[in-house]
Amino acid sequence: MRRPTQRRLTVALSGLNATDNPGPGLAVSRALRLHPDFAGRIVGLVYDALEPGVYARQLVDDVFLLPYPSQGLEAFEARLRHVHARVGLDVVIPNLDSELPLFVALAPVLDELGIGRFLPSAEQLELRSKAHLESLGRAAGIAVPGTMIVSSAADVRIAFQRLGAPLFVKGPFYGAERACSVDEGIAAFHRMVARWGLPALAQVEVRGDEVDVVAVGDGAGGLVGAVPMKKMLLTDKGKGWAGVAIGDERVLELTRRFMQVTRWRGPCEVELIRDRAGDYHLLEVNPRFPAWCYMSAGAGQNLPWAVLERAAGLPLSPIEPYRVGTMFMRMSLDHIVDLHDFERMATDGEIVQEAPAGPPSPEAAREAQAGSAP
Amino acid sequence: MLSIRSISDVSRSSMDPLERLKDLAVSDRGFVFDPHTGATFSVNPSGLVVLRGLQEGLPRARIASLLEASFETARADLGRDVDEFVSMLRGQGIVPGGFHA
Repeated sequence: MRRPTQRRLTVALSGLNATDNPGPGLAVSRALRLHPDFAGRIVGLVYDALEPGVYARQLVDDVFLLPYPSQGLEAFEARLRHVHARVGLDVVIPNLDSELPLFVALAPVLDELGIGRFLPSAEQLELRSKAHLESLGRAAGIAVPGTMIVSSAADVRIAFQRLGAPLFVKGPFYGAERACSVDEGIAAFHRMVARWGLPALAQVEVRGDEVDVVAVGDGAGGLVGAVPMKKMLLTDKGKGWAGVAIGDERVLELTRRFMQVTRWRGPCEVELIRDRAGDYHLLEVNPRFPAWCYMSAGAGQNLPWAVLERAAGLPLSPIEPYRVGTMFMRMSLDHIVDLHDFERMATDGEIVQEAPAGPPSPEAAREAQAGSAP
Repeated sequence: MLSIRSISDVSRSSMDPLERLKDLAVSDRGFVFDPHTGATFSVNPSGLVVLRGLQEGLPRARIASLLEASFETARADLGRDVDEFVSMLRGQGIVPGGFHA
C-alpha cells in the first residue's frame, strides 16, 4: 500500500538518453517511483528531441528541451526559469557530467527559486576531475594507474615514453580509447579533443575485473550508502550491460576514504579495476549517478531516494543493507511513440501534461517497474 | 536454492580462508557465487562434496571419507583429489596460496 509522502514533489531529472551508452535519468526515475513514499511528478530535462527517455511516459511526466551547456550560463538559466514557471520544481537531480558545473554555478538562482539539490561544490568537482586523479589517489591512499595530462601530439609521445604501452586516451568528461602505439595514441587524442575538448589524459592500462560503486556522500566526509557491482557483460563501448552486487569490504573502504578526503556531497560512481593479484586501482570518479543505479534500489538500498530526501529536506530514512548477489541485466525494447509527442518536442521544445500528475495507477506502476529503461 | 548473505553478513575479512569459504553461496546443483568478487562457477557432484567439507572446516582425510561414502568408491588417492580441488580454488583466488585442507 502506498504511504502518503509529506510533500508531493516535482523532481527534475536530466540524462534521459537510453541508447547503448545510456544516461542515468531513467534509472533514477525508476528508483524514485519504486519507493513507496514517492507520489510526485518527474520532469525530464533533455538536450535533444530524440532522447529516448522523452517518450518513456510511464517514467517521465513532463519534458523540456534545454540549451546545450556549451551555449552558456545565461541561456541555461533562462530556460530553467521557464521550466520552473511552467511546472514549479521542488528538486533537481542533474545526471550528466557536462552540465554539473552549470548547476553548481547556478546555486544562487536555484536558492532564489527554492529548488533543492544535493550536489558537490565546485571545489569537490575539481578534486575528482581526471586531471587530479593521481593526487586524489595519493591523498586517499588508493592506487591510481599512471596518468598524464596530454594537451598536444607531442605530449602523447612523451606519455608513451614515460608510461609505456598500451595506454588509454581519455576525454575530460567522457570517452576512452585504447592505443597500442604512439600513432594510435595521437589519432585517439585528436578524436577525443575534437569531441570533448581539452585536457585529454593518457592512462596506463590495468588488466582485471571492472568493479564500479554507486555511492552517495553526505558532504561532511561520511558515506550515506554504497553498492559495489562487478560488471558481468560489456558492450563494445565498454559499458556494463549486466552486473552483480558484490560484498568486498575493501571496495567499501576505498569508497569511504574517497568520501573522507573530498567530503563529497551527493551521488557518484567510483570506477575501479581489480587486478590479477586482487588489488584495486582507481580509474575515475564520475560526479553523478551511473546508468545502472536502479540496481541499488533493486538490491534494497535506494540511493536515488536517499538523494531526493536530502535535496528536498525530507526526514531521512535509515539506509538499509543491500543484498549481495543482486544482478541487473539491461535490455533493449522498442517503444511505440505517438508522433504528436515528437511534434511537440520538435516545435515547442516541451511536453507538459494538462493537469499535474497524480500518483501512478497500479497498472502504470507495474509497467514502470517492468519498463525497458536502464 | 542459492542462499546469499546480505552485505552486513558477508565476512569483513576476505583474507581469512575459512570465512571466505563460508561466504561462498553454493546451490544443491553445484552453482557457486563468490560474493567478494562476483565470480560464478559450477562444480560437479564430487566437487560439491569437497567444497561443502571445506566450508565446514573438515580435514582432508574426513573429506576423502565423505567422497568414498558418497560415490561408493574405494580409491586410495581420494586425498589427492581433495588436494587437486583445493589447488583449483587457489588458482581462482578463493583461498590463499598457503591454504591446505
